[in-house]
Amino acid sequence: MKRLASLLKQPWLWAWGGALAVWLATAAYTQGQGSGQVLSAALTFGAFFVIVALGQMFVITLGPGNVDLSIPACMTLAGTVSMKAMEGSGAMLPIGLLLALAVGLVVGGVNYTLIRLLRIPPIIATLSSSFIFQSAAIWWNRGLRVKPPTALADFATAKVAGIPVIAIAVILLAACGHVLLTRTVYGRSVVAIGQNMRAAHLAGIKVERVRAATYMMCATLAGLCGFLLAGFSGGAALNMGEEYLLSSIAVVVIGGTSVAGGFANVPGLWGAALFLFLLVTMLNTMGAGAGLRMVLTGLIIIGVIVAASGGKRRT
Amino acid sequence: MSVTSGPIVRLDGVEKSFGAVRALASVSLDLMPGECFGLVGHNGAGKSTLMNVLSGNLMPDSGQILIGGEDVTAGYTPQTAMRHGVRCVYQELSLCPNLTVAENARISHPAVSGIGWRRAARALIGGKLDEVFPGHGISTDDVVGDLSIASRQMVEISRAFAVTDVAARVVILDEPTSSLDAVAAEKLLKHVRRYVSEGGTVVLISHLLGEILDTSDRIAVMRDGGIVALDEASGFNRNSLVAAMGSVAEGAAQEAAEQAVIRATAPVVVSAKPAAPESLTLAAHKGEVVGLAGLAGQGQTELLVKVFDHAAGTKVSGAVSLVAGDRQTDGVFPLWSIAENISIGSLRQFLDGFLLNHARAHAFAEEWRRQIGIRTPDVAEPILSLSGGNQQKALFARALGAPAEIIVMDDPMRGVDVGTKQEVYGMIREQASRGRTFLWYTTEMDELRNCDHVYVFREGAIVADLAHSEMTEERVLHASFRADA
Amino acid sequence: MSALLSPRVLRGLLPPLSLAALLIAIFWLQPRTMSYFGLNLLLNLAVPIALATIAQMFILCVNELDLSIGGFVSLVACITATWLHDTPLLGIAALVGLIVAYALLGALIHIRNLPSIVVTLGMSFVWLGLAVLVLPTPGGKAPEYIRSLMTLKPSLVPFPIIASVVIAGVVHLFLMRSAVGTVLRGAGGNPRSLERAGWSLLKIKMSMFALAGFFGVLSGMALVGLTTSADANIALRYTLLSIAGVILGGGEFVGGRVSPIGAVIGAMTLALAGSFLSFLRLNPDWQIGAQGAILIVVLALRVLISRSEAKR
Repeated sequence: MKRLASLLKQPWLWAWGGALAVWLATAAYTQGQGSGQVLSAALTFGAFFVIVALGQMFVITLGPGNVDLSIPACMTLAGTVSMKAMEGSGAMLPIGLLLALAVGLVVGGVNYTLIRLLRIPPIIATLSSSFIFQSAAIWWNRGLRVKPPTALADFATAKVAGIPVIAIAVILLAACGHVLLTRTVYGRSVVAIGQNMRAAHLAGIKVERVRAATYMMCATLAGLCGFLLAGFSGGAALNMGEEYLLSSIAVVVIGGTSVAGGFANVPGLWGAALFLFLLVTMLNTMGAGAGLRMVLTGLIIIGVIVAASGGKRRT
Repeated sequence: MSVTSGPIVRLDGVEKSFGAVRALASVSLDLMPGECFGLVGHNGAGKSTLMNVLSGNLMPDSGQILIGGEDVTAGYTPQTAMRHGVRCVYQELSLCPNLTVAENARISHPAVSGIGWRRAARALIGGKLDEVFPGHGISTDDVVGDLSIASRQMVEISRAFAVTDVAARVVILDEPTSSLDAVAAEKLLKHVRRYVSEGGTVVLISHLLGEILDTSDRIAVMRDGGIVALDEASGFNRNSLVAAMGSVAEGAAQEAAEQAVIRATAPVVVSAKPAAPESLTLAAHKGEVVGLAGLAGQGQTELLVKVFDHAAGTKVSGAVSLVAGDRQTDGVFPLWSIAENISIGSLRQFLDGFLLNHARAHAFAEEWRRQIGIRTPDVAEPILSLSGGNQQKALFARALGAPAEIIVMDDPMRGVDVGTKQEVYGMIREQASRGRTFLWYTTEMDELRNCDHVYVFREGAIVADLAHSEMTEERVLHASFRADA
Repeated sequence: MSALLSPRVLRGLLPPLSLAALLIAIFWLQPRTMSYFGLNLLLNLAVPIALATIAQMFILCVNELDLSIGGFVSLVACITATWLHDTPLLGIAALVGLIVAYALLGALIHIRNLPSIVVTLGMSFVWLGLAVLVLPTPGGKAPEYIRSLMTLKPSLVPFPIIASVVIAGVVHLFLMRSAVGTVLRGAGGNPRSLERAGWSLLKIKMSMFALAGFFGVLSGMALVGLTTSADANIALRYTLLSIAGVILGGGEFVGGRVSPIGAVIGAMTLALAGSFLSFLRLNPDWQIGAQGAILIVVLALRVLISRSEAKR
C-alpha cells in the first residue's frame, strides 16, 4: 500500500499515464491497426524532443526567470553549419558532429555572457541572441539544403528490432541526464540554486559557475539535436527548430518539473514527449485538423500548470 | 496638554503568536487624543508586531481593537484602519519607486482623482512636505526611485500626515528618524509636537532614547511581547529606560573558557572591518567564539557575508561555512528532505569518483541528527516537517558538518526554544575547544555571555570592543544607542 | 544635481536617439526615402508592431510577460479578414470575446499565482490553433473601412507617422498622466503598498490584460488593413518583436517602469532596422540579426549608464 502511494506521488507518473492512455485510445480507435508504427514514430520524434528538453530542464530548474529561448536558433545554426561542413561526406561525420556541439557551446557561452554582463533576465538575453544566431544560420545556409551524409541519415532512421536506434541512444542520454541530476555535485547544485539562490550561495555553492555550465550544456544539447534532426530530415531547414521552442518548455513542464525551479525529473521528459506526440497523432487519426490539435495542446499545457500549481497566491 | 475625552484607540488583551513564538502576550493599551505615545524595547520585544496589529496588517489571535469606542476587531484590514484615520509609516518604505512623489500621494489618497488630480496631488503632498520639512528640496515631480533614502522617508511621513477625505487621527511612526539627518529629524519631532497639540495622536517607535524622552507624553517599554513599564515621560530617564528594556539576569548563563589565554596565544584567523569610515576592526583568534552585538540591522550580517565570501577588506585564513538566521530566505531548501538539507554543505565528502553516494550522505545526516538532537523519526522526512528550532538545528548540522575551520552565524537563534538554545550553546563551546572559530551575530544578551569577545555594531560600524570580562548588558546597550540622542 | 544630463534623462533619451541615428543613416544611404512616399513605405508595417508592443507593455508593466501576443494578433488578423468582413456582428462579438478572454487570463494568472510565461506559452498554441480553424489557408479579405484607414494619404505627413504619434500620445495620456493609469503603474512598482492602500490587485491585473487584449486586437486589424489578406502565421514573430520593442523603448522587466512613447519608438526602430540593412546592401539574411544586435547594444548602453549612475 505504502509503496503504491509513493508511486502515485512520482512526478513523472502523469505524463506516462497520459501517454499510455492516449496510445490505447488511438489503438482502440483504429482497432489496433498501425499502433506499432505509431509507437515507433513516437519514439523517434520523442527522442528529438527529449534531447532539447533535457537541457531546457536544467535551465528551468535554476529558478524563476531562467529559460532558454535560443534553442531553435541554436538548432538551426548547428544543423546548417555541420551539414555544410560535411557536404554529404561520411568521412567528415565526426568533424560535423564536433562542429555542431561547438556551435552549441559557443551559443551557450554567449548567452551566459549576456546574462552576466548586461545583467538582464535570461529570457531577454537568450531572445536577443537568438535573433543573431537565426540570422547567422540564414546567412550561412543561403537557401541551400545540403544533404546529410548517408551514414548520418541511416543512423537517424535505423531500427533495431523495430526500435529506432536514435530512441535507444536518447534513452541512454536521458539516463546520463538522470545521473547528472541526482548523483553529481553539479546536479544537486542546480536544484539547490533553483530553490533558493541566496541560500545556495551561503551554503557554499559556486552559483555563477553552475549557471554558466547549465546554459552551455543546454545550448550544446540543442546543437546536438539540430545535427541529428538535420540528418533525419534530409538536411538542415531554416525553420527546423521552430516548434522546439514551445515544445521544449511544454515537455519539461508536463514531465513534472517545477516551472518555478528547484525540482526536476528526467523520466517525465520521455513520458511528456511521447504524450505530446501521441496526442497529436490521436487527434490526427480521429480526424481533427491542425487547428484543433494546437488548441487542445495549449489547453492541456495550461491545465497541467493549473493542476500542478495548486497553490494560492502568497501575500 | 491632552484633552481627555476617552481614548481614541483601545487595545484590549491583544495576543499574537507565530508558531511557537509568542510575539504579543495579552497587550492592553489606550491611546489618548492629543498625545505622543513613545514605544521602546529591544529587538523582538514586539513593538513592530503590535503596530502591525494596530495598522491592520496582522490579525490578532485574540483580543479587541476599539477605535473611537467602536469595536473594529472583526475583519480589520489596513483599509479599515485608514478609514478610521489610523495611518502607519512602515519601517520598510512603502512607496512605489517607479512613480513620482505626487503620484505616490494619489495611490494612498484615492480621493485625489478626476481632472486636475495631478495639481491636487502636488498641492497635497508638496504642502505637507513644506509644513513638516521646510526647505526639503524635493520636487513633487521627482521619481521616488531617484530620491535618497532620507528624501523618500520624508515623502512617506508627509504622505501619512496629509489629509484628504479622512482625517489623520492616529499616525504610527516606526523608526521614522532612522534614515533622516539630525536637522530633518528635529523638524519631524517639532511637527509631531505641533500635530499633537492640535489634538492628533502619534505613536513614536524609536531606538533613540533621547528623542523618545523629549517628544513623548507617555512612554511604554516592551519586553518579550508584553508591556513592562508604562508611565508619563517625565517619570523616565535614559538609564531607567535601558534598565526596563534589559532582561533580568540570566541564571543559566554559561561561563566562557579562559578566553584571555586564547587571545594571547592563538593566531588571528579572521580580521575584518566594516565599510563605515570610523570603525574598529574585528579580529577573531583560532578557537574563539566572537560575538557581534548591537541592534538588528546595524551591518552585522553584511560583515558576516563579507567574511564568508572572503571579500576585499577581510583577511580570512581557512574555509568558512555559514549558519543562516533568516531560515526562509538564507538557509532552508524547502523542497528537500532533512538529510539533503544537511548534506548539501559538504557534498564533496560523499563522492565516489564522480558520483555521490547517497547512502553515505544519509548516514552522515543521521549521525548529525543524533549528535545535535534533531527531533524527527527519519532524516528522509521533508525539512518543512520540522519545527523552526529543529530546522535551525539542521542548518547548524550543515555548517558544523562541513569541513570549515571558521563558522559564521547570522543571529541563528531567532524563534528557537530555550531547550534547543542550551544544547546548541554547549555544542558551540565544544567545537570551539576543538579549534574551530565562531563569529556569532546575536541580538540576544544571554547569548553574548557565551562569547569570549564581543564587538558592538552601530550604524554599520563597530563602536565597542569588549572582552568577556568587561561585557555587561548595560555596556552593550549603551554602546548600541547613540550617546547624543 | 546636474538635472540636464542625469542618468535618468540619458536613459530616457536613448530610445529616440537610437531611432534618430537609424533614420539619419537610412536617409544618408538612400536619400529617396526622405520623401512622403519613402517614409510611408518605410514605416507602414511599424504601425501594427507598435500596437502589439503597446499590448506587451501593459503586461510587462505588472511584472508579467506575454509569449502569446504573436499568435493572438494572428488570430485577430484571421477573424478580421473573414468574420468581420463577411458577418460584421459575429466578428465584433468574437473580438470582444477575445478581449474578455485576455482579462480572464490575467485573473487566472493572478489568483492561482501562475507563471505567466508558461500560461501564455500554452495560450500561444490555443490562439494559433484557433487562427488555423478560422482560416485554414491564407486568404480572406480586409474590411474596406480598415483598408482605407490604413492606406490614408493625408497631406504633408505620412499616415504611419500620424498613427504612431496618436497611439503613443493616447496611451501616454492614459497610462502616464491619468489618475487611473497611475494606480495601474503603481501595481508594478510596489504591489504590497497598493494593496495596503485598498486597491484590488486582481482588478488591476485584469484591466491590464484586457488593455493588452484590446491593443492586440487593434494590431491585428491594422495588420490586415495593410496586407489585405491574412494567414494563421502572419504575426508570430510579433511576440519577440513586441518584447524587444518595450525593452528598446526604455521599459524594464520588473518594477512597472515602462514608457508608451518609448515603446512606440522601440517598435519603429525595430521595423526600420530591416530596411536599414537592405540599404546598406548588407545581406538581407541579417535583418533579424540586426534587430537582436540593436537590442543588445541598447541594453549594453543602458548598463553603462546605470554604472555611471552607481559611481556618482
